[in-house]
Amino acid sequence: MNKSSSLSRRRKLIQASIFGLFRLSAAINGIALFVIVYFLVARGWRAINWTFLTQPPREAMTEGGILPCIVGTLYLGLGAILVALPIGVTSAVYLNEYARPGRLLRAIRIGINNLAGVPSVVFGLFGLAFFVVWLKMGVSILAGSLTLGVLTLPVIIGSSEEAMRSVPDTYREASLALGATKWKTIYRVVLPAALPGILTGAILGISRAAGETAPIMFTAAVFYTPSLPASVFDEIMALPYHIYVLATAGTEIEATRHLQYGTALVLIVLVLGLNLFAIIYRARLQRRR
Amino acid sequence: MAKNSQTGKGRQRRERAITLFFFSVALTSITILTLIVIFLFWEGIPIFSKVSIYDFLFGHYWYPTDDPPDFGIFPLIVASLAVTALSAVISIPLGVMTALYLAESASARLREWVKPIVELLAALPSVVIGFFGMVIVAPFLQEIFDVPTGLNLFNASLMLAFMSVPTICSISEDAIYSVPLELKEASLALGATKYETIARVVLPASLSGISTAIILGMSRAIGETMVVLMIAGGAAQLPSSIFDPVRPMPASIAAEMAEAPFRSDHYHALFATGVVLFAFTLLFNLLSEHISNKYRQVGAATL
Repeated sequence: MNKSSSLSRRRKLIQASIFGLFRLSAAINGIALFVIVYFLVARGWRAINWTFLTQPPREAMTEGGILPCIVGTLYLGLGAILVALPIGVTSAVYLNEYARPGRLLRAIRIGINNLAGVPSVVFGLFGLAFFVVWLKMGVSILAGSLTLGVLTLPVIIGSSEEAMRSVPDTYREASLALGATKWKTIYRVVLPAALPGILTGAILGISRAAGETAPIMFTAAVFYTPSLPASVFDEIMALPYHIYVLATAGTEIEATRHLQYGTALVLIVLVLGLNLFAIIYRARLQRRR
Repeated sequence: MAKNSQTGKGRQRRERAITLFFFSVALTSITILTLIVIFLFWEGIPIFSKVSIYDFLFGHYWYPTDDPPDFGIFPLIVASLAVTALSAVISIPLGVMTALYLAESASARLREWVKPIVELLAALPSVVIGFFGMVIVAPFLQEIFDVPTGLNLFNASLMLAFMSVPTICSISEDAIYSVPLELKEASLALGATKYETIARVVLPASLSGISTAIILGMSRAIGETMVVLMIAGGAAQLPSSIFDPVRPMPASIAAEMAEAPFRSDHYHALFATGVVLFAFTLLFNLLSEHISNKYRQVGAATL
């Protein structure tokens, strides 16, 4: 595009300043991310050592480590994805491969969009009323995983659909032309081709579930458990809830600051690590295409 | 996709069964949404045998543990709306301008850096942002604005803004991208500068998408829990300045549910608060749905 030479100076100036504002906005995002990560790393890394990562808390949670929280968060993240992945991928197959446009499809889509918009604390209330109380699961890994699974479902559906949409129609047509049924085409051709995208979505789902606090407050997490969970009906500790508890409750808030920073650092390393992995992996996939 | 016509009867029946299976699983989301509504109401409605709906929504006093207790969530509703509105003042310009940067002015190389940054910002767990606001931002605000506490409406709104910027940015960016190239080219060919093209052509053409983005961003802010729980200050009062501590609805639910005796009035009142909160987000989401359907961007026809 040639810049027209008749641009008045004022118009050029306006353009330059507006574009400067755009750049500034983008930079503010980067600065915000950097500042948050910087403070957590600068103040948290000293707390992190072998004992911190492999020992349970001691002395009323003012000493010791966070092993039960790490284990708990991993259980909850994996539990959530075990719930959300099968249901999510199956839903996405229906939406992308079977559904015909119409009222029904619109209703399902509205349902998914609204589920994605439900506040996390409302998921917590729902998990409490439905899984914990009504289905009598009690405050447990099971109830927490199901609650987080429901919360992650829209994420999984969205990413799986996108992965299947990017499988070229020619693949499907070739398979159908060879006499394969629709179902066979889906599970021999479409799903394998979409698998990397689906797995990326699953990783993002785990990281989302692992970082949530409000949904597990009433359904799975407790201040302190003396031992690691033995079954899915046990209550557990979790990283996000541990941060919240240490930072807001009790009399030793200032004394445990280093533990709070350390726990927060472990959590963001876990969550941002999973996200970075997914981002890089996805960029590679797109380049290959 | 053509249907294959020479399949046997058994094969057809099997295919139909498979379709039915996928369809029923796809209904899970709606089923869960329905269950959420049912169970929120189920546990929330009993409170209205103690207070009228009007007193609950518009009562000015929230003292759920006093004797006799007061269950008026008006201050909580106002607090929720206030943090959402104030955060929107920050997040809308920031989100939309970042989207414009990504879609209209960034080089391909820089885009590759900025986009992941926005995604990582979205991925930060809310409890971490809450913690950051509490231990870093609050003392800072307290000092520079000389206010009694840094845990207040302003701090919460600021942190919420950074949580809704990624939502606003990514959806706006999609909308801006889908503005047809010929519209932009026509404007540039008429001698408009790039900026004038953005202001007069690109923005009007992507307005419905950007509105959707803004509404969804605000919906995320009003429902966000940990940030307001940890840094809004927690006082159930009507704010008179942006540096007053407040207690938005999600904070109240999250903070009090653990102490409320099972199926007590307080417990039911918190579920009823959840109903109100859910109603707000549902309203936001349906509104965005409506806008994006009614004013769908259909190529060059939008202008």
